[in-house]
Amino acid sequence: MDINTGDTAWILVSSALVLLMTPGLALFYGGMARRKNLLSTIMMSFAVMGLIGVLWALWGYSLSFGADNGGLIGGLNFLGLANVGMGPSDSYASTVPHLAFMTFQGMFAVITVALITGAVVERIKFSALMLFSALWVTLVYAPVCHWVWGSGGWLGGLGALDFAGGTVVHINAGVSALALVLLLGRRRGFPGDVMEPNNIPMVALGAGLLWFGWFGFNAGSSLAANGLAANAFVATNLSAAAAGFTWMVISWIHRRPSLLGTVTGAVAGLVAITPAAGFVQPIAAIPIGIIVAVVCYYSIVLMKSKFKFDDSLDVFAVHGVGGIWGALATGIFASQAIGGTPGLIEGNFSQLLTQFIGVVAVAAFAFAMTWLLGKLVDVTVGLRVGQHEEVIGLDLAQHGERAYGGLLR
Amino acid sequence: MKKIEAIIREEKLDAVKRALEEKSYFGMTVSEVSGRGKQKGIPLQWRVGEYRVDLLPKLKIELVVLDEDVAAVIDAVVSKARTGDTGDGKIFVLPVESVVRVRTGDRDENAI
Repeated sequence: MDINTGDTAWILVSSALVLLMTPGLALFYGGMARRKNLLSTIMMSFAVMGLIGVLWALWGYSLSFGADNGGLIGGLNFLGLANVGMGPSDSYASTVPHLAFMTFQGMFAVITVALITGAVVERIKFSALMLFSALWVTLVYAPVCHWVWGSGGWLGGLGALDFAGGTVVHINAGVSALALVLLLGRRRGFPGDVMEPNNIPMVALGAGLLWFGWFGFNAGSSLAANGLAANAFVATNLSAAAAGFTWMVISWIHRRPSLLGTVTGAVAGLVAITPAAGFVQPIAAIPIGIIVAVVCYYSIVLMKSKFKFDDSLDVFAVHGVGGIWGALATGIFASQAIGGTPGLIEGNFSQLLTQFIGVVAVAAFAFAMTWLLGKLVDVTVGLRVGQHEEVIGLDLAQHGERAYGGLLR
Repeated sequence: MKKIEAIIREEKLDAVKRALEEKSYFGMTVSEVSGRGKQKGIPLQWRVGEYRVDLLPKLKIELVVLDEDVAAVIDAVVSKARTGDTGDGKIFVLPVESVVRVRTGDRDENAI
């Protein structure tokens, strides 16, 4: 098929939008860290943009989208961008250059790895995080991406729906974050010590950039500038709006309407609509968003207050749990008229079952593999910084920089 | 000579400053400080629930005056900074051994 200029323009713009989500995430996470760990938290995202940006072209894309091997992993035929050129690919996005599809997918790999970092901030050793990231994108992200989106991937073949990465990105990152938290342990002083966010306006700015970039993430995943892209765009905005507002109301009921809560809710809404955006009627995004806010809010309460897991910036509670709800919601609300597949509400119970299989398979694989890789990193370079380094903060200890320097302001 | 250190509520600075000015006490140093006393702290909101912050922002005014002026300064600060609730702050009075004005080299009483 010939290259379509409208589609190509949209995918290139969407790729840039998705790239911008990672600096957005850096600010979103950074503002929630303590002042002594602000740079270190931001650094994790930017370092991932560098590392994964390169690895994706070297072998990540090939292992994800290369020629199928038993439905489990891609082959090596796209290694180092071999056979990835200005013409369209044979199997994917047939109206845009293969290079555009490759780079669009690469941005997803980058943000997925960056998402995990929120769970381990303020105590993970930077070198360990880099090693883990390289291993994880190769041995966890690439296979899961291939299962769901790769031509011949077994989950995609089973009929599991994941429009823009609810499973590949959010469940994958969220569950891996949980495994890493269990390996790494809590920050010193958690629970008990007050760990105050250093800059909530920075969190809000980051959330704004995430929301903005997410239009590329979801609407770009139609891989064409068409009606489905518009459907995904509208659904994305509705879910974020409904979830942000709902979280605000919950915090208001408990005490006062919280800004930090509102922007967290918006992000949870974006997570939940990600797998569904191109399969559900736009209006279904409203209940999806309302429910995800409630579910994620009480997941954080459960994780932090009851289990005392130090998933520091709630990656599992927001992305893992929100992603699971999104995957199941896709099975519930899917509409034949939008994406060609009916869901539970249109009488197709088996779709919900397929979604459930996808959730369980990816969650189990991500948890087990992350545990293994984390252990491997722990016995080689060590996962955690020393006590003293943790106390003085990772900005100085790991990076030799501080966020706010000098006496004269 | 005495140094007066007054810890007050942030919102009381203008009133206290004006009251001191009216009594011709112009020189002062003001800094932002955090501290706690009987007020114990305030609850703030996290993504879910809330946490307590027990070091609260206050302002510290420092000025050095002649011994005979101490009572008037204390009176000005207390009358303007008091709300009657916990958290109004505290005043410390310390002896001062020597004062030097950097510009002229004037000393002690001449430098205040």
